[in-house]
Formats: sequence, structure tokens, C-alpha cells
Amino acid sequence: MTAPLILNDVISADCTLWLAVSLGIGMGFLLERAGFGSAKKLAAQFYFYDMAVFKVIFTAIVTAMLGIFLLSRTGFLDLGQVAMVGTFVWPQVVGGLILGVGFVIGGYCPGTSVVACATGKLDAMLFVGGLVAGMFLFGELYPSLQCFADSSSLGKQTIYDYFRIPYGAVVLLVIAVALGGFWGAAVVEKKFAYLKPKDRPPQ
Amino acid sequence: MTKEQKRYMNPYWAGFGLGLVLLSSYLITGRGLGASGAFASFVSWVMSNIAPDHIAGNGFFEKYLAPERAAHPLKDYLVFQVIGIALGGLVSGVIAGRVRFSIDRGPQAANAARLALAFAGGILMSVGAQLARGCTSGQALSGGALLNLGSWIFMICVFVGAYLTAYLVRRQWL
Repeated sequence: MTAPLILNDVISADCTLWLAVSLGIGMGFLLERAGFGSAKKLAAQFYFYDMAVFKVIFTAIVTAMLGIFLLSRTGFLDLGQVAMVGTFVWPQVVGGLILGVGFVIGGYCPGTSVVACATGKLDAMLFVGGLVAGMFLFGELYPSLQCFADSSSLGKQTIYDYFRIPYGAVVLLVIAVALGGFWGAAVVEKKFAYLKPKDRPPQ
Repeated sequence: MTKEQKRYMNPYWAGFGLGLVLLSSYLITGRGLGASGAFASFVSWVMSNIAPDHIAGNGFFEKYLAPERAAHPLKDYLVFQVIGIALGGLVSGVIAGRVRFSIDRGPQAANAARLALAFAGGILMSVGAQLARGCTSGQALSGGALLNLGSWIFMICVFVGAYLTAYLVRRQWL
């Protein structure tokens, strides 16, 4: 048996959309559990008094990264069959900066805004309206943006291949950075605790 | 936080759970988690119905309408993933007693300003995610776990962009 299961006929491809829903349920459930259906909780990351966004993202990355690394080393997971987005340096730098600005202005990212909509946040519904408008805008501007969007391509590129460091060494490095980050997060949360707004009664 | 609202889950446990969901996604389907693409599929489908001539030859809309991608633009993997995200969020919210109509904002912010900024943020989010070929879930989280070079460049830039802007919109949140 080899993973990805659906690409090796262990699981039928007819199940694809059901799997998409099921994995989405797991993701949405955990995002809401963590408090990420609240823009205030998410935005707190950028004022340092609650670093939950960093903690959740980095714990998730370390968990999945370790699993992928170990299971590919044992031969169970064929990494060659795993979908990976190509690296386009400048579009990803500019896109990341714009998305970061949108995150702190809008209070959500796409996944968390869906969770917030499902739990009744009116601001998240406006945010989703903005997502739809933004997709329309990007589509309309695409003919003039395409040249930049497809520039500085490095193909499908991993950190370990690009810098010619062993895969396992990068895994260890990311774990070390995450652990250092978790320690740092606790320090800054204490330092910036005074920024936390007093809980107000529901509107 | 009122009495009937349960406290949020410990972020490390939530992150561990999310990591297992992401790992399962790679092991079962060979792809990561995602969200923003669903909105691109939706908009492309709307455009193909109201202005098919206008979008003809536009590589963006045509990518999301391509029959190789999905039999119908809305029978797309990420559209279904987003439906699941909403369901999962709703279930967790109901269990915790956190489902009610509200506007989430800091104590000093006006509702109208918050709603306007939410809309503006959504627009920026879509443009950024399309340029970067993924959002926080599709790029930062899913690509991050694969040690995808572009995903890490993207993730660092997301934090840089947000921290650089945070001071300007502090009245919305603090």
C-alpha cells in the first residue's frame, strides 16, 4: 500500500469530493475550537498580546512536516505524487505582503472567514463579499498582471533542494525555530498583555 | 466571555489536530488543505453565466472553468472543502455556544468602519492569494509542511505585511 491512497487506487477517485468535505470539516472544527472564528482573536497576533495564530500554524506545520518526512522515508508516502505549488519569488513576496495587509485590515484569512460566517459574524460575511469582489477584480486585471504573476519562477522547489541541505536537517531546523518561537511567544504575550482590550458585552 | 461560552482550545492541541488533518489530506488525496480557490471558482462560474463573451480568452477565469479541472466549475475540490470548513466551524460553534449574529471588533471601533474594513481586507486577501498562488491554508500551512521554498517566502511576507500595517488600524482592534 502506498500513499497518497487515492492516486494509488486504494481509495476510489469517486470519493474525492466527499474527502474534500470531510477534511474541510476537520479543519473548520479545529479552527473554530482554537478561537479563529473571531477576528479579534486573529488580529491579536499582530499586537503581540495573544500569539495563538503563530502557535497553531507552527504546531500544525511541524506535525504535518514530521509525518510527511518520516512516512516518505519509510517508503509509505510517495512525495513525487504529492501536489506542490511552484515557487515564483516576486509574485509570492508581493502577494504575501498584500495578503498580510488584508489580514490585519480585514481580520480574517479565507479559511477562518468561512468559519466566522458559519458562527454568525457579520463582519466575516462582508469579508467574504470582499473575497468575491477581489477575485473579480483580479480576474479583470489578469491580462495586465499575468506577466508579473508568472515571473521569477524556480519551478517546484523545496528549501532542502534549493539550498542543498539534507531534508532531515531542514526538518530539525524548523522544529528548533518553532520551539524557539513558542518560547518567544510566551515572552511577548506577557510583555504586551496591557494591549488586550477589556472584554465588552455582546452587541 | 460569558459563562455558557466554553473557553478556546489550547492552541498547541488545536495546531496538533490541524496538523493531523493536513497530514491525512496529503496521505489520502495527495494534496493539502485550501480555501481561497473556492471563491475564484465561484466568481468564474458567475462570470461564465452573466458575461461569457467578456471573459473569453481571459486566462484567469478560463483556468477555473477548464473541464480538466472539474466537470462543473462548482464541483471543484476547494468549493467542497469550503463547504466542509463551514460545517465543521458551525458544529464546533454550536457545541461551544458561540453561534450568534455579531460584529467582531475592538471596543473603540465603529460598526460601519469595521464592516467597511472587513470588505476592503477581503479584496486585498483575494488579490494577494492569487498573486501568491494560495492563501494562509493553501500556501503557508500546506506548502509550509512540505518545506516548499515559495510557501516559506510567502509566509514570512504575510507576517511582515501584517505587522507593518497593524499600527495604522490599531483602533479597529485595541
